[in-house]
Amino acid sequence: MEKIYTRTKMLNNDVVSGFCPGCMHSTLFKLIGEVIEELQIENKVALVLGVGCCGLAKGYVTYDNTTCGHGRACATATGVKRANPETIVFTYQGDGDLASIGLAETMSAANRGENITVVFVNNGIYGMTGGQMAPTTLVGMKASTAPRGRDPKEHGYPMHMCEILNQLTAPYYLERTSCNNPANVVKTKNAIKKAFQNQIDGKGFSMVEVVTSCPTNWGLDPLKSLDFLEEKMLKEFPLGVIRDKSREEN
Amino acid sequence: MARVFMKGCEAIAEAAVRSGCRFFAGYPITPQNEIPEYMSRRMPEVGGVFVQGESEVASINMIFGAAQTGTRAMTSSSSCGISLMSEGLSFLAGARVPMVVVNVQRGGPGIGAIQPAQQDYLQATKASGNGGFQMMVLAPSTVQEAVDMTFAAFDYAQRDRNPVMVLADGVIGTIMEPVTLPEARSSEQVAELKASCRSWALVGHDLSCEPRALVDSGDWDTKGMEQKNIEASALYESWKKDAQAEELFLDDAEVVVAAYGISGRIARSAVSLLRQEGLKVGLIRPKTVNPFPFESFDKLDYHRVKAILDVEMSIPAQMLYDVRMAVRGRCGISTCLHSGGEILGRHEIMDSVRGLFK
Repeated sequence: MEKIYTRTKMLNNDVVSGFCPGCMHSTLFKLIGEVIEELQIENKVALVLGVGCCGLAKGYVTYDNTTCGHGRACATATGVKRANPETIVFTYQGDGDLASIGLAETMSAANRGENITVVFVNNGIYGMTGGQMAPTTLVGMKASTAPRGRDPKEHGYPMHMCEILNQLTAPYYLERTSCNNPANVVKTKNAIKKAFQNQIDGKGFSMVEVVTSCPTNWGLDPLKSLDFLEEKMLKEFPLGVIRDKSREEN
Repeated sequence: MARVFMKGCEAIAEAAVRSGCRFFAGYPITPQNEIPEYMSRRMPEVGGVFVQGESEVASINMIFGAAQTGTRAMTSSSSCGISLMSEGLSFLAGARVPMVVVNVQRGGPGIGAIQPAQQDYLQATKASGNGGFQMMVLAPSTVQEAVDMTFAAFDYAQRDRNPVMVLADGVIGTIMEPVTLPEARSSEQVAELKASCRSWALVGHDLSCEPRALVDSGDWDTKGMEQKNIEASALYESWKKDAQAEELFLDDAEVVVAAYGISGRIARSAVSLLRQEGLKVGLIRPKTVNPFPFESFDKLDYHRVKAILDVEMSIPAQMLYDVRMAVRGRCGISTCLHSGGEILGRHEIMDSVRGLFK
């Protein structure tokens, strides 16, 4: 019988993931692994991992990776890519990492049009440290450092990173996706693949923002988390292509 | 080799290029702006990369990325800018990634003064970031030494897989002097140096025939983390053999001046003049301040040496802690200090030494 679907070789088979039930990091690393294999870049890919739950992945992926300072992934990836342009470099960062402590590094790398791929995982909360408020936390959403919920008078409003980066001229591709249903999982994979292909083609900065859930810190079970994601998160963070310069080129 | 007349910062940059530096990232700060400016012109000429980072924080993390590929990489800054780099330096040392950082010291603390000072000694030699890591720290007193030390710093860094600091100051950075530049490494040699790092480097290994690289300052496993600390500690211990100092007139000296960097240079001049006056004064000028040249102090005959004069451009004194450890109570220690951008006068050192002979 012909095998038409196998587990990606880009993840260690002998390691049990420490990601929580219902967390979408597992899905994303599977999708990224599949994309790497499909694009046949497994012999030249390097992952620059942000700080947070995603850092766990250093033990799960089979390919070259580094763990950099909190928020610094886009700067570190800039160094790797500029020093070794043949390496396919991507960052994987959460919202606290990319949009709070790493805002300057993210904006500046995007503004320079660095030829890197950024996977931005937005679940509206700090996961690893225990549910603190993130720049992407929804108004009214409770967090361990906003026990009465995010209050715009005190905390401002959620930041929309795709839209913010869309103010810059250099970025090549910005898309927001989710992994809340099979159709969106496929769309996310396609977006990630495109973001990698852009780098292979030397097009410049590509970012895929994936709106995900955090059942543990949202205090909801995985299924209720999906409901929350669909009813609340996707209203604040609408899915779709925000910028795709290839459309202008065609 | 022909002698050329160069400004300290530019000479440091050229020495780096000749040692094989092919990646530079930095952020403007006085008094070291000529280093990034020079690199922005020079790097493209040798097939290297120059990036003006959006901050010192970003710059050091760009270095973290570039150096992980095995590329010889350098950044430079001054004092408060170096403080911003302490996070990145800690990651570099933790992940055992080689690179060179130049601190052209200015007055402090905080924004301090843009004029020359030596107020980052303890930060450079004892605690440049979290976690108890160390760097070799080379302290030039002339532009020629800055050239030679910068060239050597890359080799120490690669030998140890660890960051190395060149601890200069605003005088060395901005003074112009004739220097002999070392012969430049050829592009083939530079490529070989990079290739020799491949086994651990973040290059995207061919997984069908090579193990993957994990460049990581951390470890979830505390035993593994402790082991990293133990290995790093053994490296730091191994530096004892690399300690260097200029020793002058120690055979019969009754007073010994201890000074590094620009203070050491001013002190050398003071000591030479005092000798002409017939005063038996000597000099220990640490060229490496980490490792500190403790042996130079152990060689002294403390039946004869009455006092050590610690001379530095920092109030409170900082190298004094190492001098105390070196002397271990075997004689008295006095200080002659300036700070905040005030440059030591030779006559002040001479007066201090004369006072110790009274």
